[in-house]
This record gives sequence, structure tokens and C-alpha cells, in this order.
Amino acid sequence: MSEKAGRYGEYGGQYVPETLMTAVHEVEQAYEHYKNDPEFVRDLDELMRNYAGRPSMLYYAERMTKDLGGAKIYLKREDLNHTGSHKINNVLGQVLLAKRMGKTRVIAETGAGQHGVATATAAALMDMECEIFMGKEDTERQALNVYRMELLGAKVHPVTSGTMTLKDAVNETMREWSKRVDDTLYVLGSVMGPHPFPMIVRDFQSVIGKEIKAQLMEREGRLPDAVIACVGGGSNAMGAFYEFIPDTQVELIGCEAAGLGVDNPKNAATIANGTKGIFHGMKSLFCQNEFGQIAPVYSISAGLDYPGIGPEHAMLHETGRAKYVPITDEEAVQAFEYLSRLEGIIPAIESSHAVAYAMKYAKELPKDKIVVINISGRGDKDVAAIARYRGVKIYE
Amino acid sequence: MSRIQEAFTHGKAFIPFVTGGDPDLETTEALIYEMAKQGADLIEIGIPFSDPIAEGPVIQEADERALRAGCTTDKLFALVERVRKTVTIPLVFMTYVNPIYSYGSEKFMANCKQVGIDGVIVPDLPFEEKEELNPVCRQYGIELISLIAPTSKERIKSIAKEAEGFIYCVSSMGVTGVRSEITSDIGGMVALVRQVTDLPVAIGFGIATPKQAEDMAGYGDGVIVGSAIVKMIAEQGRESVKAVGDYVAKMKAAANRT
Repeated sequence: MSEKAGRYGEYGGQYVPETLMTAVHEVEQAYEHYKNDPEFVRDLDELMRNYAGRPSMLYYAERMTKDLGGAKIYLKREDLNHTGSHKINNVLGQVLLAKRMGKTRVIAETGAGQHGVATATAAALMDMECEIFMGKEDTERQALNVYRMELLGAKVHPVTSGTMTLKDAVNETMREWSKRVDDTLYVLGSVMGPHPFPMIVRDFQSVIGKEIKAQLMEREGRLPDAVIACVGGGSNAMGAFYEFIPDTQVELIGCEAAGLGVDNPKNAATIANGTKGIFHGMKSLFCQNEFGQIAPVYSISAGLDYPGIGPEHAMLHETGRAKYVPITDEEAVQAFEYLSRLEGIIPAIESSHAVAYAMKYAKELPKDKIVVINISGRGDKDVAAIARYRGVKIYE
Repeated sequence: MSRIQEAFTHGKAFIPFVTGGDPDLETTEALIYEMAKQGADLIEIGIPFSDPIAEGPVIQEADERALRAGCTTDKLFALVERVRKTVTIPLVFMTYVNPIYSYGSEKFMANCKQVGIDGVIVPDLPFEEKEELNPVCRQYGIELISLIAPTSKERIKSIAKEAEGFIYCVSSMGVTGVRSEITSDIGGMVALVRQVTDLPVAIGFGIATPKQAEDMAGYGDGVIVGSAIVKMIAEQGRESVKAVGDYVAKMKAAANRT
């Protein structure tokens, strides 16, 4: 893997307009400098511990384990982080970097709103101007998060172009960045986009896997047999997987959103249905037609409703180091309800895709195996949508 | 001298852009004949893309209209093959890297050569990633047009040194679209290009009025106009052909007033 060129096998790269090239190089140089700067590392560590609440807990889900009757299940509780998801790990790093670069304004895309809320939070904390781009459809699905971002001082722009979801929010944030690069950093929310973003986001999220390894070593004295995480762009999964890539005995499983089913046009399962393409700054796999037009995708989860996947995941899939499985809306909703009732933990609908696969998989494994599920976020934001899905009327 | 470079030998070049298939293929074809007749020196034909990240709202909407109307890359190859029977000025495709890559870069360039496309402009293929298409472009004699932007600074010389056809000088930051004012140091950008190459420089992004065409032509060898034309097509649809032709004649004249 030639990381210098931002490549993961043949995937990755820097496919952005010339107007953004100088900005992208500037981020790359700043990151290469600050990632080894003791003061930066110390400040970020302080924020991670005392602001975000790290390390997040590794919880033994005893009732779930007994109920399924197979492998021992641990939950990595990223839902307990400040702002309610793993997104804060990356955002604290990137906004701190923006601050060091002398930027005064951050912009970001958001799907479910988790990355938008995290970015607005970090911007408030570090006194930066903040603007969030969110597909109009998602602003409706996640109205509470829109208000939350505004409360934190961010300006939220509903995006009305294209399919009005996450991919269009990314388009619009890139367009906005190309208008104003001098004082602005685009805080990308996933392990995607042009180099150096897939690397930066992975590095800031890799704390998840490092903690899992240390915590499980302490509890069980060994490595897990499988690490399971949901994948949209793939940041929580890459964060959970990265530390374990050299430990080839650890199975890495990414769960993508199959919507109404992989054979139904309404899905967002990029690994199952995607083909090679170059979009949003990277060569990777995308849901698209024969002429390279990006497909409108669908998932109940706004955070997984994306037609592509980070380039490093595309490589892990190709080499077979990680495997990727599709999970339908219905399976995810059942898992959402299951974990709520059995463990008293309401997972994000995104993370519920990982829980759903673990429910099928742990059952098949013997009792001496250990499976870790990354609960990437909490499900409070999804309660109204799940009620709607189940036909229950809620007066908010 | 390539056919593209020759386009810059009839005074300052005027380069109009239309989104292929907007509002339909017949209108695009009629527009190409009319613009060529009215003095366009080179025509850019946009292959519509679902997610055109370098475009402002006007061209975004044109792409959406064209795709909804059923425009595909294959239909545009067929269109170019038809117009090539009578149109002799250079024609270039403007599209994003994915429609080319997904189609098969080699097949795409082979078809370009066969139907008579002279070059391609790919805004999301920067200098660093040029090798993605450059070898196949070379193989089929399709010129890969390089872009420079106001932030390019020291990159300009490296880009210009390896450029082909002409240099596309992006006048302003941001996306395509009409602007009331262009404030970048275009003269400075062009001067850097001139230090390393004799290739013509065409200036685009934000140009709409004859006055702007005149001013910008003063800095380079030609001007490119997209959104202003696409807006006329959006407003007048199939009836836009004559108005666009008149506009092209007016802009070509304005560019040569200097």
C-alpha cells in the first residue's frame, strides 16, 4: 500500500477540481506536521478524555449472549461519547487541526446529523464559524438534529439538488469549499473523499480499535474472534478494524445497508451492488449505472444512505481481509428493538445494522468465541422514525 | 498544430458550452450547427453527470434535465458523428472522470476518435491524477485539456508545461455560473503560463456579457461561456437556437474588439 500517494491498492487518490488542489495539499501538509507535534497530540488527548469521555466502555452483553446461545458478545459503547456517536473522535481532531492551520470557519456534510452535530459542537467549543450541509430529505427525517446544530450555533443549509440526501450534501459542501478555501476547512465526516481525508479520518477513529484491543486483553486476555461494524462511508468500521488488520485471525465484518433488499432497487449496498468508479475525490466502489451516473440509493438509515464506500474498505474487500454483508431495513429495525429490550441500550439505526448481523452470526459460533459489535451511536435520534416505520403515531 | 490550436488563429477565440441533450438531442444538434455558423471557434459539449461538483445551479439543472430526457454517452457519440459530416471546427467533450472511467476509458477515447471529438475537459481530474486518462488520450490522439485556477500559483508552470490543446484558465474560485465581477489576477496567471508554453489560453467561469468577453479576451487568446448560454436554453428550450446563435455572434465580435 503506497500511503504516500493516498492509495489503497488501486483505490483512493485525489480526484478534485484544480480549485481545491491547493487546499487539499495544505491539509495534507498540516496533518503530517501536527500529527507528530507533542502539543497537538496532548491537546487532542485531553479533549478526547475530558470532553468526549474516552475511553468508551467495552460492555459484556450478557443477556444478549445468553439469549442467542453462541459466542460471547461485547459492545463497544461509542454511543456513550459526547454528542452520542463515534463522529466526535474525528471532529475533535479535524477542528483542532483547522484551528492550528489558522482557519476560522469549518463546513461539513451530514447524513443522519451525527457528524453535523459533532462538528457544530467542536466548532462551538473552539470558537469557529460553522456551516452544515444536509440533504433536504434528511433535514426532515432528522429534524431534531437540525435544531440541535442550530442551538450549537451552526447554520444548516438544506440541500435541494439531486436526491437531496448525503451524496448531494457532500457535493454541495465541496462546491462551498471551492468558493472559500482561505479561511475554511472542510471537515469530512467519513473515511472517504480525496486524500488525505480517508487517512486522517481513519487515524482519528482508530482509537476505537486500539481501545477494544486493550480492553478485551484486560478482560479476556485475548483478541476477539470477530469485530462487527456498520458501513456507510465506513468511518466507525475503519476505526474499529484498523488496529486488527495485522491480526489476521480476527474476522472483520462490515454491515452495509440493503434497504428493502439487495435485489430491490431501493438499497445502499455498495459492496454487494457497486462497481469501480471515481467520484467524490476517490477511486472506489459506487452504486452507478452503465454510463457512470451515480445511482439514487435508499436506506432507512440516513447515515448509511450513501452510494459509495471509503477506498480502504474497497481494498479490504478486494483482498478479502474484511468481509461485507448486506442488512435490510427490517432486520435493522428488529435489532434496534432487540437491543433496546434485552440490554436497555437503544442503538442508532446505523449501528443496528451491525447488531442485526451479530444476532445471526453469534448464534452460529461456539460459546468460547468472542464477538465485538461497535455501537457507533445512540438511537434517540431514530425513535420517531422507527415509530413511524412501525405505524405508531407520536406527537412530538 | 492540432485542430484545437488552429481554432485560436482566427482572432480571439469564442468557445460556447452546451449541455448535451438539454432539453433534447435534436436541440443540441441544431445549437451546434447554429453556433458554428455564427462564429464559434470551438464548441464544448457537456456529457451530463448526475453529480457535477464543479457546476453552479444553472448547469446542474441542465444536467438533470438532459438525464431525465434520456441522454446517454452513447447517444452523444452518435450526435457528434452526425454533426461531424458538416461541422469542421474542433469539438470537445466536457464531463467528469466517472462517466469516462465507468464507460471504459479506452473505449471512450476510441469512440471520441472515431466520431471526431478533438479533446476532453475533465474538471475533477487534476494534474496529479492526469495519468488516469493521459495514456489512452495519447493513444487515440484526444487532447486532454488542463485547467488552472486562481489558487494554482506555483502549480501553474508545472501544469502548463505538460498541457495540450489549450489552457483552460478558471477565472474565479467556486463553481460555474454568471458573475457580476471577476476579481482574480488573470493577467498574472496568464503571464506564468506564457513563461513555459506557447499554447493558447482561454478564460472561463463567470463570463456572460459582451463587456466581460472584451475584458477577458484582453488577457488571453479566447473566452469560454457556459452558464449564460445554458440559461437561455433553460428559458427558451427548443426555441433557443436563434437567440443563442445571435448571442454567439455578438460575443465573438466583443472578444475581438480589443
